[in-house]
Amino acid sequence: MTETSSFTAEGGHGAVPTSCEVEVDEGGHAGAQPLWEVFVRSRRGLSHTHAGSLHAPDAHMALRNARDVYTRRQEGVSIWVVPAAAVVASSPDEKDAFFDPAGDKAYRHPTFYDVPEGLTHL
Amino acid sequence: MDVAAVAQVESPLEQQFQALVDADGRVEPRDWMPDGYRKTLVRQIAQHAHSEIIGMQPEGNWITRAPSLRRKCILVAKVQDEAGHGLYLYSAAETLGVDRDELLDLLHTGRQKYSTIFNYPTTSWADVAAIGWLVDGAAIMNQVPLTRCSYGPYARAMIRVCKEESFHQRQGFEAMTVLANGTPAQRQMAQDALDRWWWPALMMFGPSDTDSPNSAQSMTWGIKRFSNDELRQRFVDATVPQAEHLGLTVPDPDLTWNGEHYVSGEIDWTEFFTVMKGDGPCNRERIANRVAAHDEGAWVREAAAAYAAKQQARSASQGVAA
Repeated sequence: MTETSSFTAEGGHGAVPTSCEVEVDEGGHAGAQPLWEVFVRSRRGLSHTHAGSLHAPDAHMALRNARDVYTRRQEGVSIWVVPAAAVVASSPDEKDAFFDPAGDKAYRHPTFYDVPEGLTHL
Repeated sequence: MDVAAVAQVESPLEQQFQALVDADGRVEPRDWMPDGYRKTLVRQIAQHAHSEIIGMQPEGNWITRAPSLRRKCILVAKVQDEAGHGLYLYSAAETLGVDRDELLDLLHTGRQKYSTIFNYPTTSWADVAAIGWLVDGAAIMNQVPLTRCSYGPYARAMIRVCKEESFHQRQGFEAMTVLANGTPAQRQMAQDALDRWWWPALMMFGPSDTDSPNSAQSMTWGIKRFSNDELRQRFVDATVPQAEHLGLTVPDPDLTWNGEHYVSGEIDWTEFFTVMKGDGPCNRERIANRVAAHDEGAWVREAAAAYAAKQQARSASQGVAA
């Protein structure tokens, strides 16, 4: 292996070594500060959208940190922070079975129906 | 069948994963993914995050000495953005099952690195301009394709980063323009900064394709979209005319125009490796500053945690009383 082969420009800010690996634990870790999911309403009339996550010791700090991390350029008029541990999610392994029931119900879409030519307001 | 051949046989899960990536689909945190993919991403995103937060130092060095209030406000905003970029990226890394504290520990103990570019000193105000123009310009070339990376959380973080990064590059170019059109001494400062940052900026794109075996795997996995040389070429093509506009000289006597592209001279990789191995001008100082900031901030984190625990205990006891 030549010297350059152990480096790569993979990170956006330039070449870094490829030798350093971290043990990963798919179950996740309990960090020193709890993890919060951040939802931002970009303007009135739109719903809150997931923006990302951050660590904070409590809800109040999480809100302030979320303002600094996710709305430095007026990206939001309202923020929700939710403890990441409180999110209940569907399982990606079961996504086929879970969402299958809607798969064969094309009649739920207006495009399922033929509209006679020339008629409007249908 | 030898061992290598056995390893080539893909499991149904691997085939499914590769099919998703080949179809330009996105991989999300709880999906099955090959161990190598996960490890590559953790390393890449973590070292990218480290680069962002260490990158606050060379420019932070000039906040108190910015030449005007306008420049100072811009620089503060930019350095704050770098902190934000670090946080987006640490969050993305955490979705892969690592802990931010653990990643910071790897940075502090030198087991993970950050981009070599941040181990060069910022000896004049013109360096702040040159970093915005060249270093952030090179970062944008690398980062824009990452917005289409196969790993969803990384791609989403990069979209945010790229939106903010273009202000970084423009403010640098603007500051450079002011110097280049200023007094002879200011003009000399601008040229000197270009002389010192040009080659390190080209090295940010990494080794040549012929010497970059990791690239192929990353391309198969949809993490990397363009080769190191391709991105470097784009940067050179984009930047040389900008230098000409400034009336500055790119410090490459071998630079030629072949009718289609600007062709650079040979890159001296020995310097790159010296800096990477820890013997650059500022390696020790950068890590020492980072560790000091972390250690000196420990009491704040502890106080916040104690306050949170106290508030929680109080609301729990009130809940019982009610």
